[in-house]
Amino acid sequence: MASPRTWSLLIAALLVASFGTAAHLSPQFLAWRGSRATGGLFTVLLGDNRRMFANAFFVKADEYYHSGYYPSIFDDNTAFQTAHMAEDTGAVSSKNRGDEHGFLGPTRNWIDAFGRHFFPDRHTHLDAGGPDNLSGSAQVGEILPWLKISADLDPENVQTYTVTAYWLRERMNNVAGADAILHEGLRNCPDSYEILFELGRLYYESYHDRERARNVWEQGVRKWLQLDPQVSRGKQPVLDLVADWLSRPLNLTDDQKENELVMEQLATHLAELERQTGNWARAIEWLEAAARISLTPDRIQKQIGELNGKLGEELNPLLKPLY
Amino acid sequence: MRNIFAVAGVVIKELYRRKDFYVLFIVTILICLIMASINIYNDANIVRYVKEISLDLIWLCSLVIAVTTTARQIPAERENRTLLPLLAKPLTRMELIVGKFLGCWLACGLALLCFYIFFGALAASREHHWPLLNYLQAGAMHWFMLGVVVAMALLGSLVFAAPSSNSTICFVIIGGILFVGRHLDQQALSLAEPFRSVVLALYFAIPHLEFYDMRDLVVHNWPLVGWTYIALALLYAFFYMLVFLIGACLVFRRKAVN
Repeated sequence: MASPRTWSLLIAALLVASFGTAAHLSPQFLAWRGSRATGGLFTVLLGDNRRMFANAFFVKADEYYHSGYYPSIFDDNTAFQTAHMAEDTGAVSSKNRGDEHGFLGPTRNWIDAFGRHFFPDRHTHLDAGGPDNLSGSAQVGEILPWLKISADLDPENVQTYTVTAYWLRERMNNVAGADAILHEGLRNCPDSYEILFELGRLYYESYHDRERARNVWEQGVRKWLQLDPQVSRGKQPVLDLVADWLSRPLNLTDDQKENELVMEQLATHLAELERQTGNWARAIEWLEAAARISLTPDRIQKQIGELNGKLGEELNPLLKPLY
Repeated sequence: MRNIFAVAGVVIKELYRRKDFYVLFIVTILICLIMASINIYNDANIVRYVKEISLDLIWLCSLVIAVTTTARQIPAERENRTLLPLLAKPLTRMELIVGKFLGCWLACGLALLCFYIFFGALAASREHHWPLLNYLQAGAMHWFMLGVVVAMALLGSLVFAAPSSNSTICFVIIGGILFVGRHLDQQALSLAEPFRSVVLALYFAIPHLEFYDMRDLVVHNWPLVGWTYIALALLYAFFYMLVFLIGACLVFRRKAVN
């Protein structure tokens, strides 16, 4: 039987050994790229799995947007491929097909028919009043807790920031909150043209600051064009980049094809901004860029025609009919 | 009837003497209050996430209380050797079973009452209105669902050897019914015979506990469900309670008590 002194010395030796090992390993661990210790709580606990959970919470927010009326894994979810709360912001291309009002299909038997009385069975959107048609559109704020968790879990998911900012600004009149979330998004995803588009809308529609809106939107267009590796990464003016893009045959990359709607929105918003400031030529250039990728180019060509008419009047103000 | 109520009274006393309910209730309150204290973009009216978390915890706690309380009733009497003296009194085996069932069911009802009062207070503190009838519907449906669970666990306690195995099997069955019960018929269509017929038969035979899950309706402030449908659902639950209780009585009639 060892004496208590021996035990004390043994424990002291073990403590010294463990402290020494920790001190030796600590710098290597901090330098290791796979270390979770540098991230937040979710990174430490979940690692890369947090992205999966982030998506689940994003879907949960969309379920709240529908007041609980949402397809399960057993139902037909073709009409819910793109979250409706994101689709309704006007900046996300929709992949939804099928009937969003009737994913449950016809009743299959008496149990199914009876069971439908006890869960949400009607398609509604929170911003349009919800299931009772009495709640105000500010009720859409109920989706925000899940979006906040989703953003915390996956800070690189751009849609979380744009959707949160849109609803905060549009329905909850919380412009400062929307501004803060978009800047947080830009810090985490500096190349995101979607966030730049939403930030431009905030400057234009809420702060009525045309200059900042123009800068931010033009930066968004630059980022979108730079998805193509052939486009210059230099400090070239964005209008030159657009002119260069318009002069080349249309050859979009996969990322550009997926995000055509954002580019169209950026270009049409810039065109509107230039039209309001009286820069007809620039407005026409932006509309030409928009028409190139738009699903409705005829509508945009009509606007170009109208602007060309105004431009003609401006350039030849003294031109009178000969008769 | 007096014998049945005497047995039921003992079961209810057992619930409030044990610490299970208090622990679960306090944990639920703490979690809900912590969640409610989170600041979501400075908007104090956002409440549905708290309601959902609160109702999820209430469902979980009530199922734990119902299954664990019921599963240990008969085995505990047998283990403590009090079953034989109990039956030596003017008390039939059927009265004992019905008394135990009633006691567990009423105990669950009392627990639910506390939980729903807390839930109502929490929701009202943010929403500033109290849809009492909606809560009444949800609470009544929840309580009758627990009645089916209690009857099923009581039958299980006579069939399975230990309370732990009975509880585990009950939780698996309840979870299975709640998560996939509604879709079993759809899944059956993708199977070949004879599995298709077996799954379809299962679909029509199981008690559809998912009928009683009105959490989404309460969380998202949906209008009231028609009272006729509520009455029919309660009747459906009552039918399954009777089926399980008759099964328990039949099993217990032939069971050795020593």
